[in-house]
Amino acid sequence: MSVAEAVRRPRPRVVSTRLLRSELRLIFTRRRNIAGMGVLAAVPVLIAVAIRLSSPGRDGGGPDFFSSVTENGLFVAMAALTLELPLFLPLAVAAISGDSVAGEANLGTLRYLLVVPVARARLLGVKYAAIAVFALAAAMVVTTVGVVLGLVLFGGGDMTLLSGSQVGFLSGVARVLAATCYIAACLSALGAVGLFVSSLTEQPIGATVAILVFSTASFILDSIPQVSWLHPFLLTHHWLAFGDLFRAPVAWDGLTSGLYVAAAYAAVFWLAAWARFLTKDVTS
Amino acid sequence: MPPTAVATTGLTKRFGHQVAVDGIDLEAPVGAVYGFLGPNGSGKTTTIRMLLGLVAPTAGGVRILGEPMPAGAGRVLPRVGALVEGPAFHPYLSGRANLARLDAADRTSDPRTSRRRVDAALDRVGLLAAAGKRYRAYSLGMRQRLAIGAALLQPRDLLVLDEPTNGLDPQGTREVRTLVGSLADEGSTVLVSSHLLSEVEQMCSHVGVMHVGRLLAQGTVTDIRRTTDVGATIETDQPQEAARVLRELGLRDVRTGHGSATGVLGEVAPEKVVAACVHAGIPVLGFRVESPSLEDVFVSLTGEGFDVSG
Ligand SMILES: Nc1ncnc2c1ncn2[C@@H]1O[C@H](COP(=O)(O)OP(=O)(O)OP(=O)(O)O)[C@@H](O)[C@H]1O
Ligand SMILES: [Mg+2]
Repeated sequence: MSVAEAVRRPRPRVVSTRLLRSELRLIFTRRRNIAGMGVLAAVPVLIAVAIRLSSPGRDGGGPDFFSSVTENGLFVAMAALTLELPLFLPLAVAAISGDSVAGEANLGTLRYLLVVPVARARLLGVKYAAIAVFALAAAMVVTTVGVVLGLVLFGGGDMTLLSGSQVGFLSGVARVLAATCYIAACLSALGAVGLFVSSLTEQPIGATVAILVFSTASFILDSIPQVSWLHPFLLTHHWLAFGDLFRAPVAWDGLTSGLYVAAAYAAVFWLAAWARFLTKDVTS
Repeated sequence: MPPTAVATTGLTKRFGHQVAVDGIDLEAPVGAVYGFLGPNGSGKTTTIRMLLGLVAPTAGGVRILGEPMPAGAGRVLPRVGALVEGPAFHPYLSGRANLARLDAADRTSDPRTSRRRVDAALDRVGLLAAAGKRYRAYSLGMRQRLAIGAALLQPRDLLVLDEPTNGLDPQGTREVRTLVGSLADEGSTVLVSSHLLSEVEQMCSHVGVMHVGRLLAQGTVTDIRRTTDVGATIETDQPQEAARVLRELGLRDVRTGHGSATGVLGEVAPEKVVAACVHAGIPVLGFRVESPSLEDVFVSLTGEGFDVSG
């Protein structure tokens, strides 16, 4: 009898990673997202090939890392991250986080997840974990392609830092990885904003646009000196501080401030999403 | 075991000024197949959403399998299979992958038996052959079947099915009927909303009729039928005379037709009608007692009008 069988069902596991794994599968097998990753990966390819083909000996002008690329291939990754940070990486995170709740609401799958049941706080937790994993993956794709192609085209060896001193190759690789993780943390904070926006609407595209407007507005405000009092509180203010990892000694101030701001944004917006979503009528 | 599988008290939902559900006391006993009837926009889906904790009631309460909702959702919903306002799945996943995702979301489900249960559910709704197809390539009826399959991933004590036969072919409709019957035989309670009254008549033990947010009538199918008047018709070549006899007997709304007289029996026993006519010397050519179909009951409760009540 079904009643008896239902009683025999195992007690709910406190921690189950099945939904998170399902979520990641959904994100990383979706064609749109694979194409997006392709675009992210194309930037370091473009940079490396363009620099390789251009005449050597040119320097100055471009961002910090560009002039160093020919000396050490690892800098291809850093140049690519610098270029993608204002638009491409936020766009990728905006697309995923904007889709997280609004996409399910739009399809109607949200109501079926909730009646499984998936507790609403757990759903937000899983969605946010998936966004964070995606943010790390997106940054890693840029770094990995940049590092591999850079080493092939320009070679590795000791790294001359932006401050002029030299460190070993492994130290260089560690700094590149640390910078990537820092960027992933910053992007995850944007993902929390995205989760919140996504929980307000049933229109994933609308949510994505709103998140991108948010990050772009943050960059714009950051470049207006008249509102400098606001700068330390802007989500994107410390994003480029990852460059400080390539100085000796490392200037930690900007990086730690950046991590604090990211953590604050993540906590505030995750809680806002939770407060909004916990009692929201799901009529989609 | 609680005495009622689904019980609401004064359940009300207002969307702005619009009252979608208006103080209903729904009661579905354990083991019942409860037909939830009502015209378009009468509040069936909104009620079902409140039962499942998707929408918060403006007033009133819900108990499902003895647990208050939405507070007890985590404990009770694993025992409830639901189809709410049509199917909804990820279009670029296959039918099987969609069910696997729902199973993965359930912390009470055993991952080791997941594959087997998914296939059993697909088999039960006749989708095993199309299990690998992407959902977006499914036809309307296949989608509906998949949604029913999702409700059957686990043995359930209660199934809440919002218009399960929507879009199904005649075989599919009949299979849903059989399915509901066999689920009831296994001891599950089924609450099924529908417009198809003949369907409901064939598979339900209880019905509730919604109209503009109110639950107008509720009870066993037999009880509900009794609330509508039973008519009696005498076929005769003297309809005027017969009509006079019927009126004298105490029948209401007596009318004469072409070669017949009809009236509402009320408390009058049907056999008395024939006897009285014969006694009055009226040639009785035929006699019919028309017990109302559920459709008659439905129309008499909710009116003939076709327009949706805004
Ligand atoms: N999210 C909402 N916002 C405002 N009004 C709503 C909302 N959802 C439902 N309604 C209104 O509530 C009423 C009941 O709708 P509901 O979907 O419950 O009807 P139903 O009985 O399921 O109809 P159908 O048979 O067509 O499925 C309708 O008048 C509808 O317009
Ligand atoms: Mg409905």
